[in-house]
Order: sequence, then structure tokens, then C-alpha cells
Amino acid sequence: MEYFLTEEQQMIVDLARKIAQEKIKPVREHYDETEEFPWPIVEELAKADLCGVYIPQEYGGFGGGVMNLVLVVEELCKVDGGISLALAATALGTFPILLGGNEEQKKKYLPDIASGKKLAAFGLTEPEAGSDATSMRTTAKKEGDYYVLNGTKCFITNAGDAETYTVFAKTNPGRGPRGISCFILEKGMKGFEFGKKEKKMGIRASSTRELIFNNCMVPRENLIGKEGHGLLIAQGTLDTSRPGVAAQALGIAAGALEEAISYARTRVQFGQPISSFQAIQHMLADMATEVEAARCLLYQTARMMDANPGKRTTKESAMSKLYASEVAMRVTTNAVQIFGGYGYIREYPVEKMMRDAKITQIYEGTSQIQRNEIALNLIKENAAKK
Amino acid sequence: MHFIVCIKQVPNTTNVQIDSSTGTLKREGVESIINPFDEYAIEEAVRLKERTGGKATVITMGPPQAETALREAIARGIDNAILVTDRAFAGADTWATSYTLANAIKAIGSYDLILCGKQATDGDTAQVGPGIAEMLDIPHVAYVKKIEDINDKNARVERMMEDGYDLIEMPLPGLMTVVKEINTPRLPSLRGMMASKKAQIPHWTAQTVNAEKNNIGLTGSPTQVMKIFSPPPRPGGQTLAGSQEEMAETLVEKLRQAQII
Repeated sequence: MEYFLTEEQQMIVDLARKIAQEKIKPVREHYDETEEFPWPIVEELAKADLCGVYIPQEYGGFGGGVMNLVLVVEELCKVDGGISLALAATALGTFPILLGGNEEQKKKYLPDIASGKKLAAFGLTEPEAGSDATSMRTTAKKEGDYYVLNGTKCFITNAGDAETYTVFAKTNPGRGPRGISCFILEKGMKGFEFGKKEKKMGIRASSTRELIFNNCMVPRENLIGKEGHGLLIAQGTLDTSRPGVAAQALGIAAGALEEAISYARTRVQFGQPISSFQAIQHMLADMATEVEAARCLLYQTARMMDANPGKRTTKESAMSKLYASEVAMRVTTNAVQIFGGYGYIREYPVEKMMRDAKITQIYEGTSQIQRNEIALNLIKENAAKK
Repeated sequence: MHFIVCIKQVPNTTNVQIDSSTGTLKREGVESIINPFDEYAIEEAVRLKERTGGKATVITMGPPQAETALREAIARGIDNAILVTDRAFAGADTWATSYTLANAIKAIGSYDLILCGKQATDGDTAQVGPGIAEMLDIPHVAYVKKIEDINDKNARVERMMEDGYDLIEMPLPGLMTVVKEINTPRLPSLRGMMASKKAQIPHWTAQTVNAEKNNIGLTGSPTQVMKIFSPPPRPGGQTLAGSQEEMAETLVEKLRQAQII
């Protein structure tokens, strides 16, 4: 399909593909196996200027917005769905600053993120507050020029390895959703510790840890936006970042599809390549159609977002994430099926792709939450007509 | 400091075929790439520039399509490029090439260090780098595997030898040819790719570089190619069978017969 990418976007795709093929592919099993953080790859991405493709030029990026981010993440995830999270989850942690931060905060934090010198992370989820983020228990109590944070965040991607954190806490527990605020934290702040590293099913090259706040003193100037506006910032961030997860899912699916086609053409059974059997052909045809449909929906969403800065795009964003992640799960499962017994063996790449795909249906809002968001917007839009 | 890198565009030899009737490479349809050893020279120039400040210029002598190689070098961090191209340069051997590039470097003006790959993967002569240095009458060190220290007056380098390395101090301006042990070349960067797209690359002719007609191209080349041939393939070895003792005995016997022991 022709997507009419700009010259700059085509360069981004070519460059990301080169890094994926030359630098990531040879080491993907290593990082999956050892669960080490892929610092050498982060350095490659930084040297190639890919860390800041979505950050405005005045803060050291390329100003390409969500579409640029989507292109990089998709291309990297075709080869490995976990390693690229160092970059993709940094975008998630950066969006609160981009969307709600003041000029000083942007000048202070964005250039180092754009250059790849520092990674970021997003701290919203808690053990008792997953889909229901407003039930969070972390508190931020104002004391003089500081906010004192107490509580624990869990399942935080890049935690421990990132330098910059955007963290949500209740400044006014009595006000419910309107009592949440967003803060910028830096690794090394007193009272800010990390919990154990989680052992995961997939995306094992990506680090996931707890954030623990024990009377952590955060300077007042690190509050993003106004007190009580945290939930709005979180929602705006998730609207902006979900296409990134969709891109991850799309990349994994597209990678699995390629592997499945190549394998089907070389695997001989009953005296002929299994690609000559209609059973396999129809599977491949369905996989390819779904991947292309996911790509169309995602690119169009990303372009719409970039063309309308500040406009809420909850519905489209949720649709692109929901569809791409469901496609990723189906396509990777079928890729394993086409590989047969070999698909189940770790020496072949598709079982990892299936493990990596699963998370895209869960984080940054489960598929069920995406459906809630979509339906809620459908009902609102319909009600507004009458 | 000003670093000049000399590069060559060569056929991608991983899949090149040889025409058995003429003994020459079949170049049609073969992708052209930057000579792999020159990639280390490019990377080293970019690293030196990052280390000491200054700028890096890349030059090549070749047909107009060699501009692709120069743009690739810019994408990897080189600041500007010059293509030395003229029909009169065709058929140049290593002497005429060294002469032409040396003249182009004179035309560039001032520089501190010239970097070349140790050799090109098509000709494999390793002569052009040192040749340029001789033509320019500057010192050179070949097979450099590490630049330990450098300033605008001199450099301390490690020269790769078969049994270790030599530590050499050389005055600058000078020339080095580098081996692959010196660094790991980076991939292009997005900023570099954009600069490469926009770069204006001047084409310098024999006239621009003040080259004597009799010193360039086929006319200026003292090398006469008498015959090109592929060496006959090595005959297959012999595999011994039997117990270890039997094989050892047979081996000793055969080595004796061959008067090796």
C-alpha cells in the first residue's frame, strides 16, 4: 500500500529499518533470554537521531509528531517488540511534559530526551489502580516549596533505567478524579527508590519495576500544569501515546507475517512447499489484510492527531490501539501455527513475537478499556446531535 | 583541525562474478558501495572531528555516480564532499590516481590529516594512500589501528604489524591509512541524511585540479596490464583414514617423501 510518506518520513523508515536489521536482529534472542536492558541499542538510536523524532525542533527534536514516532516504533518492532520500548515508553513518559509542561520544564527536560541522552518513564499504575486509575493511593502533600510524595507505582516500563519520570499522585484525596496531579521526578531524588525488576512473559528486553516514594521531596516547580489537573494530563497523554502501542503491535504483526510467508515458501511437506496449500494461503491472506487495515487506521489516526494539536482524539486513538493489538495477537498466533512444531521452539523467531504481542492488548488500557472509550465517545457524539 | 578522507566506490564484492574469458569483474547490475576499509577512515575522521573540533572533507576520484558514495559519507557525519571527475581520468592506475588525488588535495588548500582505508577491495593494492603522501611530500603511516594522541602539530599512532604493533610519532600534516581494528563505523544519522540530501557537491575536472595531461588516466599510468587470469583452483587435500597411530605414521611418511621433514 502506498502511504505517501514525506521524504523525511521515508528517511526515518529507512534508517530505523537499517538499525533494526543490522543492530537489533543479531542480538534480539540475547536480550530476550538475559532480560538485560539494551543500552548499546539505545546508543545506536540516539546516534541516529531517532530518539527525538516526535519532539518539536525548538527542543532538539525533529518535530514530526505522532506519525514520526509511529513509523520508528513500527519499523523497530518488525524485528523486536521489546527493545524498541526504551524509545517508545520514553515517549509515553515525555508526553505529559510536552502536553502540559511549561516552557521552563520543556527547556529543562526535552533536549536530553530528544538527543537520547536520557530515557523517560510514565508512572500511573498502582497495585490497586490499574484500569481504575483514579483509585490510586500515592499522595503528594504540599509542604512549603515542596510536594512530599508517598506511595508505590507498579509495572512501570523503563523504571530504574530512565532518568526522568512523570508521576501521578493525589494532591487532594477528597476530590477524587479532580484531586490528582502530575509531577516530574528525577532518578536519584531523595526518597525515590525502585522495586524489584519484574519477570515477564514477553518484551523481556524492556525493564519493568516499581517506583517507591518514601517522603520524596519534589520541588514545587516540578508540578506539571495545575494542581488537580493530573487526570486530564494522563488522559491526554494516553490519547497521544496509544498510537505508539498500536505501532508496536503493528510492527510485531508485520514482522510475524513476513516470517510466516518466508517459512511457508521453504517448508516442504507432501512433496511441495506448504505455501502451495490453500489452507496456508488463506491464513496468510487474512493475516496480510488485517495488518494492512491496522496500518491504514493507525497512520490516518496519527496524521489526524498531528494536524489537530490540542484536539482530543480519544476515540480514534483507542480504535487504532484496539485493532492493531488484536491483529497482532491473531497474526502472531497464526504465524506460530504456520511454523508448526518449529514455531513453538525458541530457536525460531515467532514464538517470541507471540509472547511480545500479548502485552499490547493489556498496557496503556486493556482492549476492554479501549472498547469502553470508543463506545462512550459514540454515545456522546450521538447525544450531541440531538 | 581539517581532516580529509579519500574514498573509493567499489563493486559490492559479496556477490560479484568474474568473466572467465577476460578475467575482469562483471560490473553490470552489481551494486556499488563505499570501499569497506574506507568506512573506517570516514568514521575515524568523524570521531577526530568530535574529539578535536574542526571539519572533515571527503573526496573521491570516479565517475559521476560516485557522488552516491560521497553523499553516504556526509550522512555518516562528514561536512563536505568533492567529486574529482573527468573522462580524462579513466583507466588510471595507482600512480595516476595518487597524482590526481594529491593535486585535488593541493587545490583544497590547508589540511592537518589525510585518512584513507588501507586498501580497496577491488584492486587490493594498498598503494594509493602512501602514493598520495609521496606526491604531497608529507609523512605517512600505513595500517594504523589506533590514534592514541593527536594535535595540530603531531600524532602518536599504533601501526598494526603481523607480530604486534609499532608505536609511532609523526609530524602533521600527514597521511594515515587505517585498518578495520581502528573503530566500528556508525550508521548514518537522520540529521546526516538530511544534510546529505541537501549537500551541493562540486565536480572538479582535470583543469580544476591543475592536472598535467600526461600524468592522468590511461596515458599517465605506468602500469601495463599484460594479462589477466584467475589462478587455477587449488586441488583438494587428501584425507587420511585409520587409527590415530596409522594416520600419524602415514603423515610422517608422506612429509618425508615430500622432503618437508
